[in-house]
Amino acid sequence: MKKSKISFPHMGNYCVPIEVVLSLILDCEYLTPPPITKKTLEIGSKYSPDFVCAPFKYNLGCYIEALENGADTLIQTGGVCRLSYYGELHEQILRDLGYEFTFINFGDSEITKPTAIYEKMKKYNPKLTVKRLARALMIGVRMIDIMDKIEDYIRENVGFEEEEGTLENLYDAMLKELRTVRSYKSLKKINKRYKKMMKKVKINKPKNPIKVGFVGEYYTTLEPFSNHFIEKWLAKHEIVVTRKLNISNTIFFRNPKNIVKKVKKYMKYDIGATGMDTIKEAEWLAKHGYDGIIHVKSFGCTPEMDAMPILENISQDYHIPILYFSFDSQTSEIGIETRLEAFYDMIEMRKEKKK
Amino acid sequence: MKKAYLGVDIGSISTKGVVIDKHNKIIASEYLWTEGNPIKAVKRLLKKLDKQVDKDEYNIVGVGTTGSARKLIGVVLDAVVVKNEITAHAVGTTTFYPDVRTIFEIGGQDSKIILVDDGIVVDYAMNTLCAAGTGSFLSSQSARLGIEVEEFGPLALTSKNPTNIAARCTVFAESDLVHKAQMGHKKEDIVAGLCKAVVTNYLNNVSKGKRIAAPIVFQGGVSKNVGVIKAFEEACECAVTVDPNSHLMGAIGVAILARKSKKEKPFSFSVQDINFQTKGIDCNGCANHCEIICVYRDGELIDSWGNRCERGAIKQKRNKVKI
Repeated sequence: MKKSKISFPHMGNYCVPIEVVLSLILDCEYLTPPPITKKTLEIGSKYSPDFVCAPFKYNLGCYIEALENGADTLIQTGGVCRLSYYGELHEQILRDLGYEFTFINFGDSEITKPTAIYEKMKKYNPKLTVKRLARALMIGVRMIDIMDKIEDYIRENVGFEEEEGTLENLYDAMLKELRTVRSYKSLKKINKRYKKMMKKVKINKPKNPIKVGFVGEYYTTLEPFSNHFIEKWLAKHEIVVTRKLNISNTIFFRNPKNIVKKVKKYMKYDIGATGMDTIKEAEWLAKHGYDGIIHVKSFGCTPEMDAMPILENISQDYHIPILYFSFDSQTSEIGIETRLEAFYDMIEMRKEKKK
Repeated sequence: MKKAYLGVDIGSISTKGVVIDKHNKIIASEYLWTEGNPIKAVKRLLKKLDKQVDKDEYNIVGVGTTGSARKLIGVVLDAVVVKNEITAHAVGTTTFYPDVRTIFEIGGQDSKIILVDDGIVVDYAMNTLCAAGTGSFLSSQSARLGIEVEEFGPLALTSKNPTNIAARCTVFAESDLVHKAQMGHKKEDIVAGLCKAVVTNYLNNVSKGKRIAAPIVFQGGVSKNVGVIKAFEEACECAVTVDPNSHLMGAIGVAILARKSKKEKPFSFSVQDINFQTKGIDCNGCANHCEIICVYRDGELIDSWGNRCERGAIKQKRNKVKI
C-alpha cells in the first residue's frame, strides 16, 4: 500500500516539530508545503471569502500548494477565535475545487488536551497506543520549547553579529537536523551541540541598544512572511527585538488566571485569543525600559482590535510609543517601510534626549 | 561663496523643492504637480529653481529627498540624506515652531499626526491604506461639484449651515454628497460639510485616542484650504497655525537634515539635462516574482532595488550591460 502524505500549513518554523510528531504517531510521510511566496497568498486569496482574515488565506494557499505537490491528507487545528470554524470552511472550499483528500480537523476538539488528540488520531491510525502518542508529544513539546528559546536568543542578538548571517545559517542547519529527530536522546544531543556553537558566535552589542517589543495576533506575529519580515528589518537597524508570543508561552506554559491577575489594571476579563497576552506583554515591555512596541494583526482580527484602545492607555501611562500595523493581502512594502523608518527615527531621537 | 542645501519632497500629487542657506533662510522654492512621473517633475522643478538661485552667491553642497519617491530621486540627485516624510515634516516644523505640540498633516493621499514634546517627536500616526479624508478625496469631489480646488475653501467660509456628510469612507461620503446635492442643499453648504467631514475623518481615524495639545500647526497641501482650517479650529476649540510655507515643510525639513548631516556632495543643476531611465524587471528566481527596479543614468545602471533575496541581486548584474 502506498504511504499517505500528510501536510500542515506553514507557520514560522513550526513545520519541523509538526513533521516529527506526525511521523511518530501516524505511519505516513510528511510533506512540507513549498515555502510561502506571493503566489501562495494570491491563490489563497483567490478562493477565500474577501473579508476573512489573512491567516485563513495563507493557510488555504498552503493547502492548495501542498495538494498540488502530492499531499493527500491535511490537518487543521482548532483555536480560540474564528480559527475554530476555519477547518470546516477550508475543507469545503478545497472539495468544491475538486481536490480529493482526507481532512483531519481539530476544530471540534481541544487540541491542547492529549486525550482529545488520542481520540482523533486513533481514527486515522488504529495502531496508535497511548504510550506512543505520549512519547511523540513529549518530543514535540520539548522541541518547540528548544526552538522558541533559540529563536528568542536570535531575535535579541542577530542585529549585532560580527559576521552577518552566521546565526541564521546555524539555525537553518539545526532545523534540518531537527527534522530527522525521532528520539528524545537525539533531540538533546542536537540542542546541546548547536547551543554551544551559537554561544560562540561573536556579538558586538552596544551597552544600551534600542529595544523594541513585538506583540500582536498569533499568526501574523509568528509567520514572518505575513508581517513583511518586520523582525528582520528591525535587526538590520541594530535593534534588539523581544517577542514573548510563541507556541510554548501561549499553549504549554500559559496560565490564564495568572494573566488576568497581571493585567487587572487594564481589563477585567479575557477578550479572547491573544488579546489578553498582548496587553500583558505590552505592559511588561513598558515597565522594562523598552523604547517602543510594534503591534501587528491581520485586518479585521477582533480580539486584537479590542486590545488596541487598551494599548493606547498603556502608551500614555508609560510614555511608550506604539506602532500599529494591520495586514491583509497587500504586498506593497513602501508604506510599511515609511512607517517603520519614522518609528525608528522617533525612538532614536527620544533615546538621545533621555541621555 | 555661501553654502546652500537643496531639499526635494516628491509626493504622489505634488513635488516640492526648496534651497536654503545655513541659517535655514529660503533662497528659492517651487511647487508643481508630479503628474505620475517623478523624474520628469524633478527636472521641471530644477529648471525653475535654477533661475531663482544666484550661482555666484550660493553653492549647493548637499541634497536631501523625502516623499514617496524619495529613494528614486535620491539616486537621481545623488542625495546625502534620504528620509521618510514623517521625520522630515517634524524637523521642518520644529525648526520654525520650537514650542509646537501637535502637527496635523494632510497630503495628497496620506495624512498623519505627529505629537511633539519639548522639540522631540514622541508619537505619530499615519492613515491606513485608505485615502479617505485626504487631498485627493477633496480634489475629486470639487471636480464633481464643478469647483476649482482653490475656490473650495473660500466658498466653504460663506456657508452658514454646513450639510452633514458621512465621513467614515470616501465611497459613502461620495454617495451621501450626491444624495444631498439632489435633495437641494446649497453648494456652499455641501462644500463646508465636506471640509467638516475631512476633519471628522481625520480626528477619528488618524488621531484616534491621541491627546491633541496646543499649539497646533497644520500643514500639507490641504492646509491651504481655509474651510478645513476653520473646521479644525472648531473641532479642536483652539487656534490652528498654518505657516505660509506649510506646503513646503517636508522639503525644508529634509534640506535642514541634509545640512545637519555634515555630509557634502557636489551638486549641479545640469542634472536636469541627463537622461534617467527606470526599468522594472520581474525576477524569476522563485514564485515571489520580485519586481526589481533598475535606475539608469545615460544608459548606465546606477542603482537597483526591490529584490528580497540574493537571487534577485545576481540578476541585476547580468542586466547591467544591456538596456
